[in-house]
Amino acid sequence: MKFGVVVFPGSNCDHDAYHAVSKYLGQPVDFIWHKETDLSGYDAVIVPGGFSYGDYLRAGALARFSPVMRSLRNFAAAGKYVFGICNGFQILCEAGLLPGALMRNAGLHFVCRHVNLRVENENTPFTSQYANGSVLSIPIAHAEGNYTCDDATLNALEENGQIVFRYSDAEGEISDEANPNGARSNIAGICNQDRNVLGMMPHPERACEELLGSNDGRGMFSSLAVSITRQSMLQ
Amino acid sequence: MKAIVYVTLKPSVLDPQGKAIHHSVESLGYEGISDVRQGKYFEIAIDDTADTEASKAAVERIAKDVLANPVIEDYKVEMINGDR
Repeated sequence: MKFGVVVFPGSNCDHDAYHAVSKYLGQPVDFIWHKETDLSGYDAVIVPGGFSYGDYLRAGALARFSPVMRSLRNFAAAGKYVFGICNGFQILCEAGLLPGALMRNAGLHFVCRHVNLRVENENTPFTSQYANGSVLSIPIAHAEGNYTCDDATLNALEENGQIVFRYSDAEGEISDEANPNGARSNIAGICNQDRNVLGMMPHPERACEELLGSNDGRGMFSSLAVSITRQSMLQ
Repeated sequence: MKAIVYVTLKPSVLDPQGKAIHHSVESLGYEGISDVRQGKYFEIAIDDTADTEASKAAVERIAKDVLANPVIEDYKVEMINGDR
């Protein structure tokens, strides 16, 4: 199996994602410069965090027009795995690969701390190694993580099980107090209808080592590895 | 010829930055200001030889596809002939 990590001008969590894949999965991983268009040979592509194009215009708005994004759209349509983290989530929403948008945090501050996430759907290629209701400690670091969408979209997300993570307290209770950015319905991460594209504001790649405060993020990478293995056996 | 594009948050979308600006304005003692909403303003220069209607249609598409995020924002395009 092979992973790719897209690098835009201004990406700054690309090395963290690379590290998580190479160290914890022990799998081959390449950096993919945003001008590249050939994604053949990859099973999963991570769109990492950072400030692509300096967040000019809107977070993720300009990265959407990079050459690699057209290929990424086809890659996702072919059922391959796309994992957007933080700025990567913003880019996937701007590109229309995920519904909704990420706005300025309700409190206006850049929020950088560990938060609790409740796993809402264990039946995705990214969360099979977790159990529904389990609470993960994962850091966030963003100023534009306030997820929003219209009522129809929210209903569709609920009905299709596309809400994958919600901000909660340590006991798994969903409340306004546990919501760090004002996100609608405490949404921290969603997937597309086919469940092969996931976007989330928190940084699981920064939660892979006990020494850094939590290794709760490893499950996402190991889930992906299991999914890729299954997918290749079916082909 | 110039195209002016205004991008504003949809009325249903909360604008925390506008709110913070509102608070600051109130703290200066201004009264009777009921709300402040923040938006974006773009000036797009276009060759004077271009057709105005076709240019406006193109700028509308640019506004929809690039300048605004239709999930949360509205836009308005104005065409201006000559200098401003």
